[in-house]
Amino acid sequence: MEAKRTLRNLLGIVVGMFAFGWLLVPMYDVFCEITGLNGKVTGPSSLSKESLAITEQRELLVQFMTHNNESMPWIFDSERSQMRVITGNQYEASFVFYNPTNKEMVGQVIPSVSPGRGAEYFHKTECFCFERQVLAPRERIELPVRFIIDPALPKEIGSLSLGYTLFDITDRVQPEDKIANL
Amino acid sequence: MSTVVESHDHGHHGPAKGLSRWLFTTNHKDIGTLYLWFSFIMLFIGGSMAMVIRAELFQPGLQIVQPEFFNQMTTNHGLIMVFGVIMPAFVGLANWMLPMQIGAPDMALPRLNNLSFWLLPMAFGILISTLFMPEGGPNFGWTFYAPLSTTYAPSTVNFFIFSVHVMGVSSILGSINIITTIFNMRAPGMTLMKMPLFVWSWLITAYLLIAVMPVLAGVVTMMLMDINFGTSFFNAAGGGDPVLFQHVFWFFGHPEVYIMILPAFGIVSHIIETFSRKPIFGYSSMVYAMASIAILSFVVWAHHMFTVGMPLAGELFFMYSTMLIAIPTGVKVFNWVATMFRGSITFETPMLFSIAFVALFTIGGFSGIMLAIVPADFQYHDTYFVVAHFHYVLVPGALFGIIAGAYYWLPKWTGNMYDETLGKLHFWLTFISVNVTFFPMHFVGLAGMPRRYPDYALQFADFNALISVGAFMFGLTQLLFLFIVIKCIKSGKQAKPEVWEGAGELGLEWTLTSPPPYHSFSIQPQVK
Amino acid sequence: MAYFKKVLTKFIFVIPFLFSSIAFSESSDYNMKVGVTEVSESIFELHMLIFWICVGIGVIVFSIMFWSLWKYRKSKGAVAADFDDNLGLEIGWTVAATLVLIWMAVPATQVMVEAYDDAEGEINILITGHQWKWHYEYLEDEVGYFSNLSTSQEEINGDVPKGEFYLREVDEPLVIPTNTRIRFLITGNDVIHSWWVPDFAVKQDAIPGFINTAWTNVPEPGIFRGACTELCGIKHAFMPVVVRAVEREEFDAFIAQKVTLAEAERLLTSKNWTKEELMERGEAFYATNCAACHQAGGQGIPPVFPALQGSQVAMNDSARHIEILMEGVQGSAMAAFGESYSEIDIASVITYTRQAWDNDTNGDGVIVTPQDIVAYKNRIDL
Repeated sequence: MEAKRTLRNLLGIVVGMFAFGWLLVPMYDVFCEITGLNGKVTGPSSLSKESLAITEQRELLVQFMTHNNESMPWIFDSERSQMRVITGNQYEASFVFYNPTNKEMVGQVIPSVSPGRGAEYFHKTECFCFERQVLAPRERIELPVRFIIDPALPKEIGSLSLGYTLFDITDRVQPEDKIANL
Repeated sequence: MSTVVESHDHGHHGPAKGLSRWLFTTNHKDIGTLYLWFSFIMLFIGGSMAMVIRAELFQPGLQIVQPEFFNQMTTNHGLIMVFGVIMPAFVGLANWMLPMQIGAPDMALPRLNNLSFWLLPMAFGILISTLFMPEGGPNFGWTFYAPLSTTYAPSTVNFFIFSVHVMGVSSILGSINIITTIFNMRAPGMTLMKMPLFVWSWLITAYLLIAVMPVLAGVVTMMLMDINFGTSFFNAAGGGDPVLFQHVFWFFGHPEVYIMILPAFGIVSHIIETFSRKPIFGYSSMVYAMASIAILSFVVWAHHMFTVGMPLAGELFFMYSTMLIAIPTGVKVFNWVATMFRGSITFETPMLFSIAFVALFTIGGFSGIMLAIVPADFQYHDTYFVVAHFHYVLVPGALFGIIAGAYYWLPKWTGNMYDETLGKLHFWLTFISVNVTFFPMHFVGLAGMPRRYPDYALQFADFNALISVGAFMFGLTQLLFLFIVIKCIKSGKQAKPEVWEGAGELGLEWTLTSPPPYHSFSIQPQVK
Repeated sequence: MAYFKKVLTKFIFVIPFLFSSIAFSESSDYNMKVGVTEVSESIFELHMLIFWICVGIGVIVFSIMFWSLWKYRKSKGAVAADFDDNLGLEIGWTVAATLVLIWMAVPATQVMVEAYDDAEGEINILITGHQWKWHYEYLEDEVGYFSNLSTSQEEINGDVPKGEFYLREVDEPLVIPTNTRIRFLITGNDVIHSWWVPDFAVKQDAIPGFINTAWTNVPEPGIFRGACTELCGIKHAFMPVVVRAVEREEFDAFIAQKVTLAEAERLLTSKNWTKEELMERGEAFYATNCAACHQAGGQGIPPVFPALQGSQVAMNDSARHIEILMEGVQGSAMAAFGESYSEIDIASVITYTRQAWDNDTNGDGVIVTPQDIVAYKNRIDL
C-alpha cells in the first residue's frame, strides 16, 4: 500500500537522523582536529615532511597555564609560566603534581591550545595529558612535556598558550570500568 | 474502547459521548480540538511563569522570588512555550485543517494520531511536576547547556530528559502522520503545486521535525548517559567537550526555530489572500522560499554560539549562511505586500493579526540580520536584544499566526461567527501590549542588560518597569481571547459554508458546511 | 471612524521607528556602547550602518504595505485586480535583497578580521570564571586574585537603598595599563561563564577545560563595567566584571604591591594567630566568599546550600571541616578553596564559622590556625 511505503521511508529517516545525531560526536572530533576548534589536541604528533623542509625559523612566546577544575585538591603547577622558543626545535617544560590528601586519587589533564588555530602547530611529542595520572596519598611527581612548534605556524600568531586543566576523575573511573566489563 | 469500535462499526454516526470520546478518539477534528485546548492551557501556564519573571524584574532587587526559582521559571517558560504552546497549536491546526484542505475524510493514521496527542499531557505533566519536587525543576535555561545541565544540575534533570523524549516521540509521530496524509490522501487532481500553502508549510515543517527531533533525542540521551552512566560526551574531564553539546543542540535548535514559524507563514498567506480578495502573489516562489529556508536552517546553527571561540573561517561561514536566510524570508514579505497591493481589503480580526504579523515579524527579521553580523553579535549576544529578537518572531510571529488562524477558522469549526467587536478589541490590546513589552527590550539589551538575570543594575530600571506593565497587559488580554473563543463555541451568528466573502474559491475547506461533518470528505472532491 | 482607525493603524506602526531613531542617536543610554577601543568603535559603526539599512528597508516595505492597505480598502470601493505573479518583479527584489546583503557583509567581514588578531600580547591575563566570581591572574608576574561582587545582600534585598553602581561593583577590579596590548586568556572553572566588557567589545565564553583568547588596547584611563553573560547558575546576575585602566606607572606599582602582598602573606602564615585576629579576617572572608550561598547568618538555603549554624561538621569535626574547605564537595556547588586561597584565609574562615552563631558554645569550639592548613597540605599529623 502507498501509505505503508511512505510510513516505512519516514521511519527510516527518523532512525537515520537519530544515528546521525550520534555520528555528530566523532564528526565533531574530526572537525576540531582539522580546524583546531577549541584548541583540541588528542594525541602525540610531530612535524610533517613539509614542515621539516621549512628552514626559516622565528622566535615566539609560549605560555603554560595550569588550572585545577572545581573540587580538585591536588597541587598542580608548571615550573615556569612562559618561555621564548624557536620554531622547529624541541623543548621541554616540567610540571609538578602533588596529591595532598590521604586517598589515592586519579587525575586527568585536559590540554587546550590557544589561539585554537595554533593547536595543529603545537606538536607534543610527549605529554602527561595523553593518559590519566594515579597518585598515592601525599605522592609528588614531576612530569615533562616535550614539544616542538611547527615552523609552518602562521605569522599572525605571536604567542601560543598551552592551558592544562586538571580534573578529578577518581569517581568517574569506577563506573567507566564497570561499563567496560559489561 | 467499546464506544469507538461501535461508532466505527456503524459508520458515520458522529462522536461518542462523554470522556471516552476524547480519550479514545481517532477523529482528526476531535484530536485537533484536543491539541488546541492543550496548547491554550499551556499558554496560560507558561504565561503565568512569564508573569512571575516580569513581576520579579519590575524593580531592581530581589522582591518576589529567589534566583533559584527565577531560573526555574525562565527555563520552564521557554520549554513550555516552545514545546507546549507553539508546536501543539500548529499540530492542532494541521489536524483540523489538512484533511479538509486536501479533500480527505480524515488523517491517514488516526490511531497514531490519538497516541501522539496523549503523549503530550504526559510529557508536560512530568515536566511541571518537577517544580514541586524538593530540589526544584530544571533551572539551566531552555537551551540546557552542559555542564550546567549535567554535572551541576539538580537530580530532577532525569525527569526533564524523559519528558523531552516523550515530547520528541509525540512530535515525530505527529509529523509522520501529516506527511503520510499529505502524500496519500489528496483529492484527485490536487497536484503538489496546487496544494494550499498551509499544507505546503506543514509538509516542510513535518520533514524538519522528523529530521531534527531524533537529534534532540540523541543529545538528551547523551546527557542522560553523562549524568548516570559515567560517559563523557560533554565532560571535559573524560575527553568530552561542553561546546559539542551546543553544536548538537543547535543542530536541532535552529531548524526548530523554523518549525515554529513556517506553519504561520502558511496561515497568514491564506488570510491575506482571503481579505485582499486576490490570489496570493507568487505561489510557487512562496513554496520555494519555504523550502530554501528549511534547507538553509541546517547550515546556520553555530550563529547561536559566536562567542564560544570558533575560528575566523567558521564565524564568517555561519555569518554568511545566516544572512542568506534573509533572501527567502524577504521574498515572502514582498509577496504578502504584493498580494495586498491592488486588492480589495477588509480588516476583520484575522486580517488585523496577519498585518501585524507581517510588520512585526519583519522587525524581528531585521534584528535577526543585525544578530547575524558576527562582530556586532559580540555586543548583542546573550543580552535582552536577543530576547527582543526571538520574542518578536515568536509572539507577533508564531503566536499571532496561530491566533489569526484561530479567528479565521473558528466559524468553520463551530458554525458560529465570533464576536467581531471583541475580536478587534482583543487585537488592539494585544498589539499595543506586545510592543510595549518587547520593543523596549531592544534598548535594555543594547544598553547592556544580559538575559536570564533575576536582578539588574539601576540604569535598566525604567525600561524594565515598562516591559513588566506591557507583559501584564498582554497576559490579561489573552483572557479576553479565551472568553471570545468560549462565546463563539456557545453562540453567535450562524456561519455560512464559505464564511468569508469569496473564500469558497480559495480552498476545499470552505466548500464544507460550517461546522463540517464529523468525517470531512466522505466522497473525495475533484480538483481542477 | 473607519478612516480614523486606519490612520491610527498607520501611526501605531510608525511609532516604534520614530522612537528608535531618537533612542539610537549616539551617546544614548539606550544604544550600544561606543566603547573606548578601536575595535569597539568599529563595531559600533557597523551596528549603526546595519541598523540604518534595516530602517531604510523597513520604511520602503512598510510604506508600500500601509499605503496599499489604505488605498485598496474595500470600504472605499476598491476592486481586486487579478494578477498573481510577475517574474520580473520577483527576480528584481531577490537580486536587490542579495545586493543589500553584500553591502552589509563586506564591512562586517572587515571588522571581524580586525577583531580577530592573534598577535603577541604585552600583558597576558588569565581570566577564570568561577561560580560565582572571576579570578584574574597576571601571567608575567604570577600574581592573581579573585574579584567578587561588593554590593551587599541588604541592598539586593531592599533593606537599604541601592548604591549608584548596584550590582556593577566588585571588591577588586581587574587593573590593566592603558595603551598596551592586553591579551586575555579566558577559561572556566566549573560551568560555562562568559566575560563581557561592552566598552572593549570583548565577550568570550569561559569554558571549563578550554582556553579562549581575546585582546584589547585601551587608550585612556577609566573604569569599565561589564557582566557575566552565560547562564551559570543561581548567582549568574551577581558576578559583574569591573576593569580599571590606569597609566603604565600606576599599573607597575599595582603589580609590585600585589607581589609584595603575596610575599607578606607567605610570611604571615608562620606567625602565631590569635582567635580574635582569625575571627576578624574570617568574618570578612566569609562575607565576600561564603555568605552568598550559606547566608550571612549561616542559615544557608537548604537543601541546595546547607546551613553552617548548628552543623555537625562546623561544631564537632574540625578535620572534616578542613577537608571540605580544601577539597570541596564533589557534585555540589562547594568548590575546593585550597588551591585558590591562602592558608590564612582558609584557617580564618574555618575558625570564624566554628565560633560564630553559637557554634562555639554548642560544639567543641576548636580554633584552626594557618599552620593547621599547612600541616594538612603536607600531611604532618599534629
